[in-house]
Amino acid sequence: MADKINIYVDNAATTVLYPEVFDSMKPYFTEFYGNPASIYTFAGTAKRAVEESRERIAGFLGAEPGEIYFTGGGSESDNWAVKAAAEAMKHKGRHIITSRIEHHAVLHTCEYLEKHGYEITYLDVNENGKVNPADLEAAIREDTVLISIMYANNEIGTIQDIKRIGAIAKKHDILFHTDAVQAYGQIRIHVKDLGIDLLSASGHKIHGPKGIGILYIRNGIRIGSLIHGGVQERSRRAGTHNVPGIVGMAKATEIADRRLEQDAEYMTSLRQHLVDRVLKEIPYVRLNGDLVDRLPNNANFSIRFIEGESLLIMLDARGICASSGSACTSGSLDPSHVLLAIGLPHEIAHGSLRITISPETTIEDIDYIVGELKQIVKRLRDMSPLYEDYLYGQKHVC
Amino acid sequence: MYSEKVIDHFSNPRNVGEIENPSGVGTVGNAKCGDIMRIYLDIDEQEVIRGCKFKTFGCGAAIATSSMATELVIGKTVQEAMEVTNQAVMEALDGLPPVKVHCSLLAEEAIHAALWDYSQKNHVLIEGLEEPKNELT
Repeated sequence: MADKINIYVDNAATTVLYPEVFDSMKPYFTEFYGNPASIYTFAGTAKRAVEESRERIAGFLGAEPGEIYFTGGGSESDNWAVKAAAEAMKHKGRHIITSRIEHHAVLHTCEYLEKHGYEITYLDVNENGKVNPADLEAAIREDTVLISIMYANNEIGTIQDIKRIGAIAKKHDILFHTDAVQAYGQIRIHVKDLGIDLLSASGHKIHGPKGIGILYIRNGIRIGSLIHGGVQERSRRAGTHNVPGIVGMAKATEIADRRLEQDAEYMTSLRQHLVDRVLKEIPYVRLNGDLVDRLPNNANFSIRFIEGESLLIMLDARGICASSGSACTSGSLDPSHVLLAIGLPHEIAHGSLRITISPETTIEDIDYIVGELKQIVKRLRDMSPLYEDYLYGQKHVC
Repeated sequence: MYSEKVIDHFSNPRNVGEIENPSGVGTVGNAKCGDIMRIYLDIDEQEVIRGCKFKTFGCGAAIATSSMATELVIGKTVQEAMEVTNQAVMEALDGLPPVKVHCSLLAEEAIHAALWDYSQKNHVLIEGLEEPKNELT
């Protein structure tokens, strides 16, 4: 029996754990399983592994090891940063600025705070998904205490002008958090150069394990805990350390650090090949997101006259794992808030396709995807009353 | 998530297409919500549905319910076709996930809209049939 085709191009959702990362983690499950908080020598190996991992990640971000706090993942880091910053600064004010295209870990946390007496400004973005720094500055008020703007968007890959945003926050003496879950490991981030006070990152988006993340908290920033109950992480984040996860995230970071430029160049050229072929060979398709300020691994298309979920099921039947911003895939009636925020009408937002590649994706994979996609799109359009009406309209205009 | 029958009807939809000079045609749904269904009926002088074709913009369940609905109405009289309810379509597909039940309602509405079009053009009374609320023009 031939191997079943499995082309995984949903790397913004999660990534395969690199074997090297898995190998680095194994001893901390079976051999050095001690609790790093314990006093005996046996636990020392685990404790050292945690501290070395912290140094590795701090080095990658241009931070001090004491500024890196391990968490249960990106969502926890976002929750911690936004809630604790809001709480810590409430004597000064209760106004927070964020954007319309944040991940739900930030957006829903802001909505939660709205119910608890905070006011949130959700900045609009332009048609490429960029926040205008001038809009940000105009939204700042006396009582603004936090700016939370994502580094790079998970759906359309748009990278924000973090340096300018950081400078504006600093100028007005406002805390600046950035959700860097998608950016971490794909682009160089130096927290000190960028004026970042708080930064969230995750392990499983960079070929590391799930269930581990970090929050960078700049020295001197005083925020409380989200998880209470122990003295771990200098009493700021309780809970026994996920030692294998921490070691794995550090190993994945080390690999990302070593290969970042090479991987970025490779993925950018492969992504460009995909974009060029799709836009050239399939009519009525647009690329969403910024052409230049974009994550190397991301392509997001709107394919007119078809709906995203049926597209995904057909791709799945051909062994291709991708994602869409259609309502049917989100479990709600509305399509992706990001695609609506960049100004796409509902019916076009329903027909989106996100392909996020990895350094392991090959040009053969891309060519296979494009070949299958062409057939699927034709098939679904032949079934689509919207396409029928469009063609009818064309015929009767000309 | 989907039953085998849903996947079958989605992967190999029956009766996709258009009917030229149909006896009745109905389009329901809303592109904003991500579902539009169009049903074409070919009805003979004995008021029997001889042919039924569909076009659908929507998710897997929307396409599968359209396909199943066309199969269920073919060969029925216009009055019998009123028995092809959303429940009947769902049962014939071995069920739908709860979030997809609205797709089967859309299939029922599309058939009703096409029957309404036929009944209006031919001054035929179909018992229980009401003017579609969801019709797109």
